[in-house]
Amino acid sequence: MFKGDLLKKRQIKEFLALFSGRFVLIFINTLAFLIFCGLLLKAKPILHAISISDLLFSSSWHPMKSEFGLFVFIISTLEVTMLAMVIAIPVCLLAAIYLSEYAGRCFREFARLIIDILAGIPSVVYGLCGVLVIVPFVRAIGDFAGISTTGYSLLSGGLVLAVMVIPFIISISVEVLRMVPQPIRECALALGATKWETIKYVVLKKARRGLLAAVVLGVARAFGETMAVLMVVGNVAQLPSSIFDPAYPLPALIANNYGEVMSIPLYDAALMSAALILMFIVAIFSLTAHYTLSRIGETIER
Amino acid sequence: MKSRKLEENIFKFLMAVSLFLVFLALAGIVLVVAMKGLSSLNLSMITQTPKGGYYLGKEGGIANAIIGSLYLIAGATILSLIVSLPVALALQKDYLSRRFADFTRLVLDILWGTPSIVYGAFGFVIMVYFGLRASLLGGIIVLTLLMIPIMSRAMDEAIRLVPFELKEMSYALGTTKIETTLAVVLRQAFPGLCTAVILAFGRGIGDAASILFTAGYTDEIPRSLLDPVASLPLAVFFQAGTPVPEVQARAFAAALILLFIVMIINIIARILGWRFSKNIVR
Repeated sequence: MFKGDLLKKRQIKEFLALFSGRFVLIFINTLAFLIFCGLLLKAKPILHAISISDLLFSSSWHPMKSEFGLFVFIISTLEVTMLAMVIAIPVCLLAAIYLSEYAGRCFREFARLIIDILAGIPSVVYGLCGVLVIVPFVRAIGDFAGISTTGYSLLSGGLVLAVMVIPFIISISVEVLRMVPQPIRECALALGATKWETIKYVVLKKARRGLLAAVVLGVARAFGETMAVLMVVGNVAQLPSSIFDPAYPLPALIANNYGEVMSIPLYDAALMSAALILMFIVAIFSLTAHYTLSRIGETIER
Repeated sequence: MKSRKLEENIFKFLMAVSLFLVFLALAGIVLVVAMKGLSSLNLSMITQTPKGGYYLGKEGGIANAIIGSLYLIAGATILSLIVSLPVALALQKDYLSRRFADFTRLVLDILWGTPSIVYGAFGFVIMVYFGLRASLLGGIIVLTLLMIPIMSRAMDEAIRLVPFELKEMSYALGTTKIETTLAVVLRQAFPGLCTAVILAFGRGIGDAASILFTAGYTDEIPRSLLDPVASLPLAVFFQAGTPVPEVQARAFAAALILLFIVMIINIIARILGWRFSKNIVR
């Protein structure tokens, strides 16, 4: 009798656990779906006013006159991100290769600590340091090159973003490089390759997918970064003609204007569509990285 | 042979330079914030709320932002822990079909990548829909949304590292899934779970974009969930934007406090992970 009760109790417990497990998973998926739908629903009214090509490719941004061309902002976002990546990728790859291939265990742990701390620094702090250090630095470069600039420019934004994504990319890259099996390296070394040749022809080749995924994740991170970029990039809604010109990326647009949206018709829909574009592009990057990384995980497990 | 060695040495030099740059970045940030921040950091900064004329350089402090940030992060951490731990546990491969698990992971990865400003805008829309003003509650909810994917994915990774043989041993003794999960998996994954919580905590406390519209900003310490609340990242942001030099210096003090909290949390996570990794079987 008592035994049967206990068994029943355990069965009920098990059932409840499995049921609630399913429930939370469905809840999470629904939540994601709701976020997407909410954005879509709020962004939809803008399409009644202007066509989608106007929204994406027109560069006239005059909310008062109901002209909502996001082209300038999209281009600014792309340019800031690309600039950041051009600066960050070589540094990240070189540092990651050193940490994974050359560094001793002790130094690697130490470097991981430093990189973790860097990755944890809030973005406003990066922005603040950018205002104090990078903006005057860029202004000095501009003066030196004979270009008049306030320092609040595309280049400042790119530099700050680069510093922000570097720890992020390095830590994933090191993981990826460490996943390359040791015997492969030994084979190359046994054939008389130097350590660097082994890295160049064998390790990097084997790890290239994973490294690509790391970079893509970095791009995704850089793409949506708001505060740090907002503080140094100048926020002028015109197409930047050089890297010393101010720019106005999408996240900064949303952050600067969302508080006052209620007074102008369709303004909130325009900003929502900006948010939707951001989410969409970042989702594509995340998807790419997710599939690449999970495929690597599978081949390693086998 | 000589040119091969030369190439290796050149690249080694470049690697050393790039690592040096990374270390320099950390040192630079900490030094800049500490030097500028320490000069205007004093006791009244931590213990007082802004007095009249604070934003013109008069006296007062940012106790409202410190307390506000702690309220926000405490609420968000607890809420997201309540959601994330079951999610991560339910994603184990002996719980449900692989396809559904992979799909959920994919969704979580996309949510993880979603920029915080998007969460902020979404949260604002929801709050307008329900007729809420910018409030502590709104801030907590948006931060929770931001932190759930980070926490549950990191927990999921930690739980996946638990050897399956260990679970099989436990099942062989006649336990049910939930019993094995509670007695074996949770204990094995504990350090990883701690790290996951800390990771999400760090992202949450430093995030300004998501609470910009949803938590508001006020000079008071909030008394109820529906009051607007100040926060450290926004204190940094707003004070850095003012033209008064004294107030700008206070932005650095606020940043220093923020940095200090983040680092302390990091160190605690490390100590916890190291202390509890004793009972782990690999």
